[in-house]
Amino acid sequence: MEIVKIEGLTFTYSGSDTPAISDINLSIEEGEFVLLLGPSGCGKSTLCRCLNGLIPHFYAGKMEGRVIVAGMDVSKTPTYVLSQHVGMVFQNPENQLFSLTVENDVAFALENLGIPRDEIRRRVDFALKAVGIEDLRKRSPFELSGGQQQKVAIASVLALMPKLMVLDEPTSSLDPASAKSIIETILKIRKELGTSIIVAEHRVELLADKVDRVIVMQKGRIIKDGRPREIFVSEEMVPYGIPVPKVVSMAKGVNKYFQVFNEIPLSSEEFEQDIRRFVHDKVR
Amino acid sequence: MIRFDNVTYVYPTGVKALNGVSVEIGRGELVALMGENGAGKTTFIKHLNGLLKPTNGKVYVDGKDTRTLSVAQLSRVVGIVFQNADDMFFLPTIEEEVAFSLRNLGFSEEVVQKRVDWALKFMELEEYRKRSPFLLSGGEKKRLALAIILAWNPQVIAMDEPTVGQDSAQKEKLKEMIKQLNLQGRTVIISTHDVEFVAELRSRVILMSKGRIVADGRAETILTDGELLSSCSILMPQVAATMSRLADLGFNAKVISVDEAVRNIVEVLRRFEHTRGA
Repeated sequence: MEIVKIEGLTFTYSGSDTPAISDINLSIEEGEFVLLLGPSGCGKSTLCRCLNGLIPHFYAGKMEGRVIVAGMDVSKTPTYVLSQHVGMVFQNPENQLFSLTVENDVAFALENLGIPRDEIRRRVDFALKAVGIEDLRKRSPFELSGGQQQKVAIASVLALMPKLMVLDEPTSSLDPASAKSIIETILKIRKELGTSIIVAEHRVELLADKVDRVIVMQKGRIIKDGRPREIFVSEEMVPYGIPVPKVVSMAKGVNKYFQVFNEIPLSSEEFEQDIRRFVHDKVR
Repeated sequence: MIRFDNVTYVYPTGVKALNGVSVEIGRGELVALMGENGAGKTTFIKHLNGLLKPTNGKVYVDGKDTRTLSVAQLSRVVGIVFQNADDMFFLPTIEEEVAFSLRNLGFSEEVVQKRVDWALKFMELEEYRKRSPFLLSGGEKKRLALAIILAWNPQVIAMDEPTVGQDSAQKEKLKEMIKQLNLQGRTVIISTHDVEFVAELRSRVILMSKGRIVADGRAETILTDGELLSSCSILMPQVAATMSRLADLGFNAKVISVDEAVRNIVEVLRRFEHTRGA
């Protein structure tokens, strides 16, 4: 089943003459893990906002086309209903946190929806555990590191048990170890819960070999949509300035001298395996 | 050019952000200040133009103790571009933003116009000069912030997390600009945890953790020391991480650029070929 179905979507923010996104047609299957790439200002964030109803409900502007998420027409569904199906995590976790303790923050949306107390307790436990921050539950979110804060933001969204999670550059303000830990958290959620995930992210080294699909945007349009290996290896993507994992360039370089890689690797692990296999065959 | 002499800084909240930092940065050096979130990088940078003065110890800029100078005086020598560029804009047009501090520094109107033209051109912002700074994209705002600083030509330029929120094309541009500023003889100090960016800059790296300097050396030395980096929540750049996995086969784990890695891999594979041939 499709979790996202977008038809002919164009959106222009009020006060602007040019559309932020134009003629987007996209369908994403339930359970898919999608990486959204593109230069800043290409419309990634606008597209993300269309998925949980921030557009058109909170951002003023002109919207054409249709966005169907989890079977609901976004423009006709109130955001509190959408929020139970689509979880959104932003760049800066501090903007999403406000309670005195981590567990209150995670429980907040559930309380607002009038969910019974026992169920809230159960879901908060589940979300904190899934993200691996049970030990932080009584702490204030504001004394946590950036990486821990982002995990609280993810847990708050996860407690709503959404079918789709949308993460807009979730690691961009984090140091590399925290970024890696956030990506591992996302992978864990996907593996254990089968949640559909759309993530906009510049740090491709951490994700290239993990996602099912890469969508490249440019000037408000989708210009390429395919499997990660297609996108990262293809020379035609070079002029668009999309980030390419360094192992891809390394493998291409080596292949000019020795045919080591039949398939260009997307991670250090894949690169290592291919080199070892090649050396092994050679020495024998 | 810059000297920190056993500097400790304690914020009014009691947080000790710098703890016995001693370091010298020479005129014309290019330095990357690295470390986890909260390591003290931003606090370090704020000491360069006197926004913060050490609680204990001394900071010297161009031989002068920063306690004896005002921020205005120090700013002529040290220009800082902060992480959140939005915070510094308040005028209706981009050219006015750039002209503002020049006028404040007392330059004649003729010089102001010349400098504004030069800085906007250098940062490729000329076509936007009559626009509001708030209509710029994130990357353009960073360039404007840098143009404002460059306009009065400080000897030292410090940038706090310049790569955050920048896409790969913008980072490429930024890298070229940093190199060019450095080639022109300026001292450039950037704080960042973007290892891939520093691997390409190949600068000196000062590694900080919990308010202290834990290592100081060339990028190729520091960025290939996995243990040291992970103790500061930094990961090796992907080239080094990949090569270190293959160190047992005789590959060089101390390289950080794609070209060096390819050269080394080809060399080692040739050796394997010879072994088999013999």
